[in-house]
Amino acid sequence: MASNLSNDDILNAAPGPGPSRQVDPQEKKRRTFLTDVGVLAAGIAAAIVTVPAIAFLLGLRKTPTIWRSLGRVDDFKVGETIEVSFADPSPLPWSGVTAKTAAWLRRNGEQEFVAFAIYCTHLGCPVRWIPTANLFMCPCHGGVFYADGKVASGPPPKPLSTYPVRVNQGLVEIQTSPVPITTG
Amino acid sequence: MRSLKRLWAWFDDITGTSKALGPPLTHPVPNARKSRWFYVLGSATLAAFLVQVVTGIALSSSYVTGAGQAYDSLRFISGTSLGSVLRGMHYYGSTAMIILIGLHVIRVYLMAAYKYPRQVSWLSGVVLLLGTLLMAFTGQILRWDQGGFWTAVVAAEQAGRTPLIGNWLGHFILAGATPGGATLSRFFAAHVFFIPAVLFTFIAVHLYLVVRNGISEPPKAGQPVDPRTYRRWYHALMQREGVPFWPDAAWRDLFFGCIVVLAIFLLAVIVGPPEIGKPPDPTIIQASPRPDWYFLWYFALLSLIPNWSETFVIVAVPAIFILFLIALPLVAPKGERSPLRRPWSIVLVIFMVSAIGYYWHEGVLAPWSPHMDAPPLPESVVGVSSGPIADGAKVFYDKGCEFCHRISGYGGIRGPDLSDSGDRMTRAEMVTRLYSGAANMPSYSNNLTPQELNTLLDFLQSRHRAYKYKISPPPIAQALRAP
Repeated sequence: MASNLSNDDILNAAPGPGPSRQVDPQEKKRRTFLTDVGVLAAGIAAAIVTVPAIAFLLGLRKTPTIWRSLGRVDDFKVGETIEVSFADPSPLPWSGVTAKTAAWLRRNGEQEFVAFAIYCTHLGCPVRWIPTANLFMCPCHGGVFYADGKVASGPPPKPLSTYPVRVNQGLVEIQTSPVPITTG
Repeated sequence: MRSLKRLWAWFDDITGTSKALGPPLTHPVPNARKSRWFYVLGSATLAAFLVQVVTGIALSSSYVTGAGQAYDSLRFISGTSLGSVLRGMHYYGSTAMIILIGLHVIRVYLMAAYKYPRQVSWLSGVVLLLGTLLMAFTGQILRWDQGGFWTAVVAAEQAGRTPLIGNWLGHFILAGATPGGATLSRFFAAHVFFIPAVLFTFIAVHLYLVVRNGISEPPKAGQPVDPRTYRRWYHALMQREGVPFWPDAAWRDLFFGCIVVLAIFLLAVIVGPPEIGKPPDPTIIQASPRPDWYFLWYFALLSLIPNWSETFVIVAVPAIFILFLIALPLVAPKGERSPLRRPWSIVLVIFMVSAIGYYWHEGVLAPWSPHMDAPPLPESVVGVSSGPIADGAKVFYDKGCEFCHRISGYGGIRGPDLSDSGDRMTRAEMVTRLYSGAANMPSYSNNLTPQELNTLLDFLQSRHRAYKYKISPPPIAQALRAP
């Protein structure tokens, strides 16, 4: 009889402790224990791998806020708004051109400067200063800001954000800051 | 030949290949008769996905995941003839995938194939749909030109509207305080490892469930799904008129899939890959970020809704859409499947498709975007080369009016066309509008000298319907030289 079985028949009738076999309580207890050990071991192994991976992914690099020089005070005319660019606080070595940040710097008085972020407060598109119109305009959804950064028209919910600026030993300095994110 | 057969028998014995693949391949499927070609959309999506896998692996072998070099490496890839074809195939492959998965979802929804016992098929499909959309979105950023760079910024700003965790989420997407070196690596990891891993897993679940529960039969009105009797009824139906999947239905999947792949290839060769824009330099202010076509409708939606509803639309509308997709098979697991007995499903599909179509069309036109590169009005439009009207035309350009207002075919279309403003508004009305502004127009009250205001009014009053569409010098403008 056994010799007539094909390989597949044998595979299908796999041997083992079928449900009908009597399991003694001691054996059952042991299996419950082994199940617990197995699940616990797998859980620990999974945690060892995933916790550092997720923490690495979620952790944001802490960037210092530092002052970057934009040029001498005399380089800027009173009443003029011009684009300035400066390096991020601690750019990664492979950042290339993306290590730069731009801002709109306006000289209001002898020692008075204000620097606007280029990010539109609507959805972050870069606003352009139109000197003849005395306005900032956003090319994405038509947001417009006055020269002092206040919303003139369109969808932006709040004025352009500013960077801290100071005059230090004849130099205009800007404090690097995170990208301003308009929250809900 | 005989030894090959023996080799196969030996291999099959130790691996069980035919036993494992035979039943799934030949499992009975309904004879869908008239609607049988509707059943190829899912497999065609899979075909497009496989195109993405193969072309994506090839592209990644030359792509440099560094914020400083990605742009140049992509230019290099595009500079080689095969690289250009591969980029094109990857682009049109994603296009095909989005279109096909959209049609597949519509087909399954209209035929209510998400009902018992296929609820988890639908839910795994929801994960695949969202994963596909995320792939399209992250893929655009990997182009890492100006558009890709600003798309990352816009994504962070949109995520920023999420209540409570918005600020953290926005900076999490940028992988830091500012977009830069870490941002691209994050999107690369998502696009190449994380989301594909999710897609592979859920494609396996999706396919396994098709084999386990069988392909849904075309619905008939008056034949509701009853979970207590459905399986027995379906089994009897398959016994009676089912056909083996291979080859009776599979040939159709392969044939249509082949057409899809061929179309992707031909588009890549004939039309070519999408243009690579300017470098991702944040200090190049001359940027007008636009999403790729798949999200152009969403871009339009955000532009056209009232400002007060914006945060709600950005955060709640996607959330409600996803909740709807998840709740659907759980809330309605039984009952009529035929769209004829579910007229609201037809209404909803027509509404969704026409709304997306409408917003997509608006997104192509983008009437809300100022035309900041509009050239100054030529003399042929102004009508004169000197005098107050000509000066006013210059003010009209310098003050940015022309970015939003069109005159005789020049300028933007955000505001009203002013080609015939002289017929529609008096001088006084114009002054009021210029001084007070409007929701979408800045106030110019502190922005115009009396001289500028007067010449601007002269110019706007000289615009008349009679030559709205004429580009030749309007004779009246000549007469109005001295107002």
